[in-house]
Parts: sequence; structure tokens; C-alpha cells
Amino acid sequence: MNVSRWPFWAMLRKEFIQMRRDRLTLGLMVGVPAIQLVLFGFAIRTEVRHLPTVVLDEARTRESRELIAVLVNSTYFSIVAEVQGRDEIRARIGRGDAAAAVIIPHQFTRDIKRRRSAEAQVIVDAADPLASQAALQGAAQAGLAFRPDARPFAPAAVTLKVRPWYNPMLDSATYIVPGIIGVLLSMTMIIINSMAVVRERERGTLEQLIVTPIDRTSLMLGKIVPFLLVGYVQMTVVILLGRVLFDVPLRGSIPLLYLLAFPFIVASLGLGLFFSTLVRTQAQAMQAGFLFIMPNILLSGFMFPRAAMPEPAQWLGLALPLTYFLEVLRGILLRGVGIEALWPELLTLCAFAIIIVALSVRRFQKTLE
Amino acid sequence: MSLPATSAPLAIVTRGLHKRFGELVAVEKLDLAVRRGDIFGLLGANGSGKTTTIRMLTGLMPPTAGTAEVAGIDVVREPEAVRRRLGYMSQRYGLYDDLTVEEHLRFYAGLYGLVGAEGRTRVDQLISDLDFTPRRRQLAGTLSGGWKQRLSLACATAHRPDVLFLDEPTAGVDPAARRHFWQMIRGLSAGGTTILVTTHYMDEADRCQRLAMLWRGRLVAMGEPHEIIVQLGQPTLEDAFIALQEQEPVA
Repeated sequence: MNVSRWPFWAMLRKEFIQMRRDRLTLGLMVGVPAIQLVLFGFAIRTEVRHLPTVVLDEARTRESRELIAVLVNSTYFSIVAEVQGRDEIRARIGRGDAAAAVIIPHQFTRDIKRRRSAEAQVIVDAADPLASQAALQGAAQAGLAFRPDARPFAPAAVTLKVRPWYNPMLDSATYIVPGIIGVLLSMTMIIINSMAVVRERERGTLEQLIVTPIDRTSLMLGKIVPFLLVGYVQMTVVILLGRVLFDVPLRGSIPLLYLLAFPFIVASLGLGLFFSTLVRTQAQAMQAGFLFIMPNILLSGFMFPRAAMPEPAQWLGLALPLTYFLEVLRGILLRGVGIEALWPELLTLCAFAIIIVALSVRRFQKTLE
Repeated sequence: MSLPATSAPLAIVTRGLHKRFGELVAVEKLDLAVRRGDIFGLLGANGSGKTTTIRMLTGLMPPTAGTAEVAGIDVVREPEAVRRRLGYMSQRYGLYDDLTVEEHLRFYAGLYGLVGAEGRTRVDQLISDLDFTPRRRQLAGTLSGGWKQRLSLACATAHRPDVLFLDEPTAGVDPAARRHFWQMIRGLSAGGTTILVTTHYMDEADRCQRLAMLWRGRLVAMGEPHEIIVQLGQPTLEDAFIALQEQEPVA
């Protein structure tokens, strides 16, 4: 074997020993994301239930009242008022008094009695993607549960059409949870890795390493590879928890997701290395990491749909690897798409990974100056 | 200033070695010559340029001007080649609290390509030579100051370097550990290793074969300890050292 490879293997071995021994950090790397996921997840749950809802019941029949009861029973909707016209719905949702409205048209009961598909409408303020998610789920459940003539095996008697307002681009049911995977992954990878390098500088061990024959690339790769594995473990934990606790769908190919996560994790670790060259202390590394996480959360499309952002914010978002990885996560987990829809993201993430790692290796001068 | 008395080959040679940080001249046109196998002391107060000199010689810092050769290799032009031949022990020891004694030695041996049976033999040898056997699996973070210092020396010499740089190696350890440390240094020197050690302990300076005294980045005296005393016109090394300090204008 090539002699110059030895420093890399020595470095890798050392990193693994240290990682194994540092149970607290290792536990935090997996435990914190799990805790955050649970917190985020339950916050979402309580948010999406009991949407303040107004009702416009034009039919005013036994069947229409039964439908309203079914909607309330789904726990997604809480009726706050009964209104008399569509203008009032617009006014109330516009003011934010209500997040949803149910409209039951005049012909509702007549259609049911004629065994035609009856239609009712659920309008939702989709500026909040969580509200639309709730409305979609609630309406779907109510549609299945509504049995006006008590025949258990009758075809669904009613179609509840959900009309998302303000955000016609509404594209996913579980909008946030896959995003959490991306945000947590980039946050922990960047902070953990920059702190690991800065710790060596603070403790004086980096100085000691620099006088050995190890080259910059081996040194940096020795830092990246062990955390790459941690990244995959972390991702697996969050996906499994998301599946078990919050029914996050896994519609697409999981191997494809793991493949596409590779350049993203490498790019995040590379950013961590890059930050480690800009700061002096572990505390600064931590701060720099959190500073970088803010635009990631705000601009990547994690919290707010990118389409709804002003153009400069959209351009900034294009400079963040997370923006592309969120597309990958939502594409694979929620829409079940394959590589044919995601290759632009794959190429962009690979470009990010290569450029960022190359830049950090260059910046990491093998001198103390 | 005397050049080495014998024609013994030189392990370290610097010519006009110069380092500036902005306005501050840390090391000024330094000419050093260290014979192979010597214990060479670099003497000076804090801020006299000792650490900067060592950093330039170990390739940690490029000089602003001048040349330096270590083990016959140009440090500036071939930093990678020279790294295989030198060992360096920094003031802060550079140990990992969460690695054991044995893991440290395996790590440093591995960085120099000492792996497999060869590496194991070397690690076992270092462990028995330095009395680490009962502490083999102890974490470095739990070692006392003297044992940390000893482990740091073992790491710096795992690859049997030709030239060993020690930057204030005995700062903060007890007298017994210091004495033991110097026994180890003499042993290495007897085995042919050239040692450059910085210190401001005068009793340690007395143990060096040759000395260079730095004052505000300038070389003010070089030679055997008794020659330095003569050069600076003082009764003892300590007097010479203090006399230099007092020359320093009050800032």
C-alpha cells in the first residue's frame, strides 16, 4: 500500500476511537435530533387540529348538519361561527378569525337522495401550509366517515372538495417533517465538524499534527469520514421516528434518498471545516454554525414556500445546499419521485460538495499563520 | 561569536532567518549552527523569539526572509521531506485527553507509516522504555503533569527523528519529573539525536552542550555555557541572563 495513505488511516482510527469514547456527544448527535423531531412533530400536531372554521350551510337539512358533525368529530375543525354568505367567509378568513370554511350548497341533500355524488366545499387559508394539511386530512376523513343512509358498504356519498386559498402551489401533505431531517442534518454536521477541528487547534494538537507528514487532504478526510457515518445514523433515526410517530410517508426509494444524501452531508461537513478555518474557539464555531442555520431555516423553503418569497430571497436560497436537499427529501418521501425528477438536485449538491471541500482544504493552510 | 569548535556535521543551520509580524520583528537575521548529536539550548526571556524560531525550523511558519536547513534539508523548499526527519514537542504537549497512552503512540507511529508488526514493536518498546507499562491503557487526560510530558516526548520520538525540537518542555512539572526528563533527553542525545530545547531555567541551560542566547529576536551570544558567560562579561549564566533583561528599555 502507498506509504502516504498511512497518515489517513491513522487519523481515521484515532477519530473513531475518540468518537466511541465521547459517548455524550455521540448521544447528543442522535438524541438531540430525536428530541427536536418529537417537539417539532407534536407542535405540528397541536397546530393542525381544531382549525377555527366557519360554516355556510345553504342546505339546512338533517344530512348537512350530520356532515358538519362528522367534520367536527374529525377534530381537525372547530366551528367558530355560522355565516350567511360567501363575502362573510372571505372577510373572516382574510382577517384571520377563521382558518377554514365549510360550504354546503342548496342541492346537497337533493343530490344525496338522488344517489348522485353530492359535493361540499372546504375552503382553507393555505398561506399556512399546516392548515391546508389539516383541512385535507380532515376533509378526507370526514368524506369517508359520512354515511347519511347508514349503509356500511355504500360508496362514498359525498365529495368534499378542498380549495386552498392564497397558495395555489400547495404541493405536499406533510410539508415540514421531511424538512426537519434536512435542517437537523445540516445543523449538526456543520457544528460538530467545525468544533472537532477547532478543538484540535485550541488544545494544541493541530500544531502537533502539522509537523507530522500528514497532508491536508488526509487530515480533512480523516475528519469528514467518521461524521459522514454519524450523519447517516442521524438521518435514519429521524426518518424512522418520523414514520413511527408522525406517519411521514416513505413513498419513494430509500436507497435513492441515501445516495442523494451523500453529497449533502459531505457539503455540510465541508462547510463545518470551512467555518473552522474562520474562527478561533469552539464557542465561536458554535455561534457561526447557528448564524448559518438561520438563513437555512428561513430561505431554504423549510418553513415558508420559496415561491412566496421576494426574488432576492429566492436567489439567496439558491446558494444554500439545504434548498436542494429539501427538494430531494420532499420529492422522495412525499411525492415518491425517482432520480429522473431529481438529477438537477443531485448535480447541484455534488457541485456544492466538491467546491466547498476544495475551498476548505485550500483555506486550511498547513501553517499556523 | 564562536562557530562550532569541531568540524562535526551540522544538524541545523540557519542563515539570516528573519520573521516579521507587521511592524514587530520577532526574529532578526538569525544565524544558528547546531552540531549533530548535541543538546542545544535556546535561551531567552518570554517574547525573545524562541518559539517563533522553533516554529520556523519545524515548518509551522514560513520565515519572512533567510534560509534554514534541518538534517540537511531546506525547511522552506521541502517542508514535507523535513517533517519525516524531525520531532516536535510543543509547550502544550498536544495530547488528546480521550486517548490512552497506547493509542497515542499507535496514532503517532501510524502518522509516520510505522504500522503492522513494525509499529507494534515500536509502540511496545516505547511503553517499556518510558515505564508506561502499568499506564498503557490509561487516558492521557488522567495522567499527571510529569507523565503527560513523558508521553508527549514519546509521541514526538515515536518515528526516531534525527532532530528533536522541545519548546519549554519542563514548564510546570515538578523537580523530580524534570530531572527524569533530562535523563531521557541525554539518552536520546547519546543515541545520536540532535536536540534543540528552549528554556529559561538556568540549571537546564547548564545541561546543554551549547547555547544560543536570544534577546528581543536577536542572537546576542552563542557557544558553550562557559563561553557565553565570558562573551557577556558576567560571573554566571543567570547573571548574564538578568543583565540582558535589564538592558531592555522600559516600555
